[in-house]
Amino acid sequence: MAGRSVEDMNPQGERWTTDQVLALAPDDASRKAGGKLAAPGPWSETGADGGAVWGLCKGSGKKPYQTVIDVTGPAFTCSCPSRKFPCKHALGLLLLWAGEGETVPAGAPPEWAGPWLAGRREKAERAAATPAGGGGAARTPSDPEAARRRAERRLERIASGATELEQRLEDLLRTGLTAAEGGSYRQWDETAARMVDAQAPGLASRVRELGSVAASGAADWPARLLAECALLHLLDQGFLGRERLPAPLAATVRARIGLTTDAAELLTGPEAATVRDRWLVLAQQDSDDGRLTTRRIFLRGERTGRMALHLSFGGGGRPLDLALPPGLVLDADLAYYPGARPLRAALGERHAPAAPGPVPPGCGVDAALAAYGDALRDDPWLESWPVVLADVTPVPARDGSGWQLADADGESALPLDPRFLGRAGLWQLAAISGGAPVTVFGECGHRGFVPLTVWDPTPVSL
Amino acid sequence: MTTTPTTPRTTSSTTPRTAPPTTPAAAAAAPKAPPAPAWEELVSAALLGTDRRTPPVPLRPGQSPSAALLDAAAVSTVRRRAALRPAPAGERPAPAPADPRPPLPPAARRRLSLLLADRGGGGGSRRGTTPDLTELLPQWLAAAQDHGYRAPGALLPALLDAARARTDLRPAALALAGPRALWLARLNDDWKFALRGFGGTAAVPGPEAPEGVRRLWEEGLFAERVSLLTALRRRDAAAGLGLLATTWAAERAEDRLMFLDALRECLSSADEPFLEQALSDRSRNVRATAAELLSALPGSALAARMARRATACLGLGHGPGPVITVEPPRECDAGMERDGVAPKPPSGRGRGAWWLGQLLEAAPLHGWRAVFEGRGPAEILALPVADDWRTELHDAWCRAAVRQRDATWARALLGTPAAPAQATEAAPTGSSRDVAKLLTVLPEDERAAWVAQFIAAHGLSDAFRMLGVCGVPWAEPLGRSVVDALDIARDAGSYPWSFSGVMGLAERCLDPAAADRLDMLTAVTEEPEGASPGSGGYWSEAFVRLVGTLRLRATMHAELSGGAGS
Repeated sequence: MAGRSVEDMNPQGERWTTDQVLALAPDDASRKAGGKLAAPGPWSETGADGGAVWGLCKGSGKKPYQTVIDVTGPAFTCSCPSRKFPCKHALGLLLLWAGEGETVPAGAPPEWAGPWLAGRREKAERAAATPAGGGGAARTPSDPEAARRRAERRLERIASGATELEQRLEDLLRTGLTAAEGGSYRQWDETAARMVDAQAPGLASRVRELGSVAASGAADWPARLLAECALLHLLDQGFLGRERLPAPLAATVRARIGLTTDAAELLTGPEAATVRDRWLVLAQQDSDDGRLTTRRIFLRGERTGRMALHLSFGGGGRPLDLALPPGLVLDADLAYYPGARPLRAALGERHAPAAPGPVPPGCGVDAALAAYGDALRDDPWLESWPVVLADVTPVPARDGSGWQLADADGESALPLDPRFLGRAGLWQLAAISGGAPVTVFGECGHRGFVPLTVWDPTPVSL
Repeated sequence: MTTTPTTPRTTSSTTPRTAPPTTPAAAAAAPKAPPAPAWEELVSAALLGTDRRTPPVPLRPGQSPSAALLDAAAVSTVRRRAALRPAPAGERPAPAPADPRPPLPPAARRRLSLLLADRGGGGGSRRGTTPDLTELLPQWLAAAQDHGYRAPGALLPALLDAARARTDLRPAALALAGPRALWLARLNDDWKFALRGFGGTAAVPGPEAPEGVRRLWEEGLFAERVSLLTALRRRDAAAGLGLLATTWAAERAEDRLMFLDALRECLSSADEPFLEQALSDRSRNVRATAAELLSALPGSALAARMARRATACLGLGHGPGPVITVEPPRECDAGMERDGVAPKPPSGRGRGAWWLGQLLEAAPLHGWRAVFEGRGPAEILALPVADDWRTELHDAWCRAAVRQRDATWARALLGTPAAPAQATEAAPTGSSRDVAKLLTVLPEDERAAWVAQFIAAHGLSDAFRMLGVCGVPWAEPLGRSVVDALDIARDAGSYPWSFSGVMGLAERCLDPAAADRLDMLTAVTEEPEGASPGSGGYWSEAFVRLVGTLRLRATMHAELSGGAGS
């Protein structure tokens, strides 16, 4: 397959591997449905021109669905009513294209696919032609003074929310956590709602988390509740005393409170600082809370060795805008969001098509914990830090102790996060290892290690 | 400290490896680092509340005790998190045995993952035009078995889950999954079934390890022993019998029955003395099975005894012309019973007919030539039979032909498929004869040809079970006649789901090469006069699905040969 993707490479875009296509699927159901449509049966008028793939898919209705994919984006359009993105037709067509060249012949886009593709390409050219900063200027609000006042008012509201929350936390500690045991969510929900009103979504979600810890009934709930309260208190205090914090730490506090930074500003604004590197995709993970899909893509720079996390959000008709299967290397510019320990980044210009990358080098268990500890010095709210572990062996749970990843020397081990143990990925990890050392990427945190990708030797998402 | 995932190697008061973090609280509030109180003290103070107990933390001027407690807890939390140490490693699992088989070609690997992801999908909804992947998984597994690939580790959990849910998939799924799946199954109780030995020969010790064979036979679980015996029979029939003989007398009756059944594999006259002995077994079921196995050996002493009894019942009379005369046995004596004749008929059947049927079934068919003065099977079957015994007699010969795998007799009993009376003749009223079973006695291509002619003459309504015993993919002209019959059924205007059984079989069994011919049937046709409303569209849909499935199967096979996508 590797041979093929090189052979079929063309100036506009390489033919994808099927694994790449499958990684685009928003969920398992789509993967299934797409797989079913990856057969020539329902398709007609299929074609590809290097940058795009199109086809008509016979559905239940009279008129076939028109599916068009711009593989340089990638971007998708389909006349089906599905709210999944990409829909099963797009996935099926891409699988067909990736699997068997003959069923999707090269050609020129037909009438029904042309305009959309032309529009995409025009937009891409315009974007490329726009000088850096030009785009930023267009977004500058007409009245900078009004915008500044708005921002100030928001900070004031957050500050009053934080003060109120401090009061709430101090009350809780004065009367004792016992009073909160098994307590109703309502109290917490009310407080969370007050924080939403105060335009501090970061505080609101932490308050909700407190509620679930208090109601969890786990044996260690008092300790966990105290720790979460203390970190929330730390965040409140950080925000209220932000004037006295070093600028990077103040930026971390702002981000954790829920104040956003415009990605375009980061990439092209007056203070834009991008990092160009060959970024290896370590993991791509989607989570869904019912309304919103969050896609987390972890990257590591080959030259800089820096970790980066790209977030995108979909749902409510808004598609996820980026799909990068693990294992690809991306020559691109990244711009880190400001903070004391930058991790989140925006993706800027891509200098070359993504290509398959190597198995990443990694560290041992000691170094992984040290990396998390080190990161905590800069950002005390970090739950975990991304690391690549090399030569670790999954050790099965035995009488009471959970699963571990053991170092090559066989002495040190990192427990797996208990939340990972119920997942199917655990057994995939065990099966791939077969008792032998493997390279694993994941998040190393205070509750243990959450594996996200294992190399076999091609990356497998867990 | 319970939130800590790792057990510190040193005692609880771990000295942080890194300096305590500079926290905003520290930067904003506390200029001096306070002496750190133990985390447990902070937790118990928080539990009780600062109203009741003064927390063991220093207060800044103007600060409430609860705020000071929160400050201290924040510092302590971050400090503990930053100072986590690795835990001592638990005992590592023994590595999984090496699996030297080659990996799946990438395209086949992806196909398998799609097929596994689709398990349990579908539900009760109308099938539409897309192939039913659930039915393709068994095919894929069977085809993969011929190639001798090893399953990718990432798919082993799904493969084991699939095998857990569907016992029919187990042998092929576990063969593909190989030794690593057994290794994995030991770690997860959900997959215990895999350890009970469906793994074919993979789990059976080789001929170079006679001790291993003996130990497994003596200490293994029942299913492990059955699969060991079956595998050993295939490798060395005499050794298998020898192994069984060593413990035979000590086995429980139901186990003896299953072990005896395993001897069907590679049955030969060498097994006769053992089986003859089993005719005196304590268990009636064991005796009956031994008798059945012996009668499948036409040269056995039991077969000769049955032949003697059977020929005493039939004769050739010469009325106006030759006629078969029938004299059923008067009693079921001890000798007959020992040879496996069940004495008590099911309700509604006469005792004589019941006994006669069993004698005829067990008597070697080649003996009838002499009884009927040199006539061959076809001529014997053409003879008139006295006193309404014809159906009874022919049914018994059908069972005998199946048991003795006698193709000449089966051919004669099946007759000409296209004969107008065949549909009724093959299974006359009151007959219990099983045409599909009889067909299995014929060589595969002859079987396919017979069914093809049958369908051409009589349509699909009675053909489902016959199609089920034909070799896959269907050899021509069978495939063509099924397609033609479906086309005719469409023109007759009925709904396709009246033929869903045959359609499902066709998806699995038609040669993928038939797809091109079927393509022209996928167009929506003018509905014939009097057709069921909408049937044309449904037929088109059904044919689209059939074509799609066939193409997918062709792709699957190509992928397994490494021909596509790699």
